Amino acid sequence: MAKVLVVTSGKGGVGKTTSTAALGAALAQSGQSVVVIDFDVGLRNLDLVLGAERRVVYDLINVVQGEAKLSQALIRDKRVETLSLLAASQTRDKDALTEEGVGRIIAELREKFDWVICDSPAGIERGAALAMRFADVAVVVTNPEVSSVRDSDRIIGLLDSKTLRAENGERMEKHLLITRFDPAREMRGEMLKTEDVLEILSIPLLGVIPESEEVLRASNVGSPVTLNAPTSAPGRAYMDAAKRLKGEVVAMTVPTERRAGLFSKIFRRAA
Amino acid sequence: MNLLSFFQRRRGSAPIARDRLQMLLAHERAALGQRDLVAVLREEILAVIAKHVRVDQDKVRVKMDRRNAISTLEVDIEIETGTGQTRLALAG
Repeated sequence: MAKVLVVTSGKGGVGKTTSTAALGAALAQSGQSVVVIDFDVGLRNLDLVLGAERRVVYDLINVVQGEAKLSQALIRDKRVETLSLLAASQTRDKDALTEEGVGRIIAELREKFDWVICDSPAGIERGAALAMRFADVAVVVTNPEVSSVRDSDRIIGLLDSKTLRAENGERMEKHLLITRFDPAREMRGEMLKTEDVLEILSIPLLGVIPESEEVLRASNVGSPVTLNAPTSAPGRAYMDAAKRLKGEVVAMTVPTERRAGLFSKIFRRAA
Repeated sequence: MNLLSFFQRRRGSAPIARDRLQMLLAHERAALGQRDLVAVLREEILAVIAKHVRVDQDKVRVKMDRRNAISTLEVDIEIETGTGQTRLALAG
C-alpha cells in the first residue's frame, strides 16, 4: 500500500528539499521504491540536489497538462535504481498546477511506488496547498528558531483542515523533523530545546538532524547526504528518521560528528 | 551592564524564545478560522463614531498590544471640527 508523504514547513530555507532528497534516498536505499516530486514550480531545486539537473526533459506541469506521459517524465536515479524524480517546471506558471491534474498523477504514482514524496514549496499558496492536498503523512521540517516554529504551527493547522484526509474526517499523520540543530548551542541555552519545540507544536518527533558541513557538501556535489556521507552525523540521523517512517522503533539520539583528533586533522590537511 | 542583564545573558535567550512563542501561538490558534478581530473592531467602532461626527479614514490609527493577561486595543481618531482639530482616543 503506497504512502503519499508531504515534506513541508511554511518557512523557506529550513531544509525541505535537502530532507526530501535525504529521506527519499534513505527509503530507496532500504529497498523501497520511491518517487520524489518537486512542487516548487518556477523555483525547482530538487533536481539539482539529486544531481539530475541535466536529465530533466519533461516535468510535472507537462504531465498535468497532458503534454507528456508520466513514464516519460520520471527520471530514475543513477545510483539507487529504486529512486525516481518528477521535476518541477522552471519556466511555467504555478497556476498551471490543477487539483484535478495533481490528483490524477498521484493516483497513478500510488500504483507504481511504495512512497510518493511531495517536496512542498515555501509559503501557503497554491503549490504548497497542492503538495499537501493528497498526502497521507506529513513531515514538518522545523529549525529551532522562533519564525520557523511559528510557521510550522500554521502549516500543522492547514494539514488538519485543508487536506483531503482532513476533509474526509480521517487522521492526518504528522511528524516533526528538526533540522540545523546544534547540540552545543542548545546546551548553552542559546537555541530552543528539542523538548520546547515538541511541546509547542505537539506532534511526534521523527528525528533531529544536526547542523553539519556534510549537508552543504552533499548539495554541492548533487548527492543526498544519506548517499554521499551515510556514516556522517546528518546521514545517520536521516537514515534513522527513514526507518521510523517505515514504522521501525529506533532509539532517539542526536548523532554527533566523530571529532577528528589533532593529528588526523594535520594529516588530512597535509594529504 | 546591570546584574539582571548579566544573569539573563548567562541563562541564554532560548527560554525567552520559548515563552514568546507559547504566548503568540496561544493567540494565533484561538483566532484561527475567525475574521481578523482587529479589522472587525476597527470597522464597527468607526461606524459608530461616523454616525455622529465626520471621520477621515486616513487619520485613524489602530494599535493592538497582546500581553499575557490583558490585551489592549487603541483607536486614535482625528476629528475635524469647525474650530480646528480634536483627537479622540479610545482604549480598551
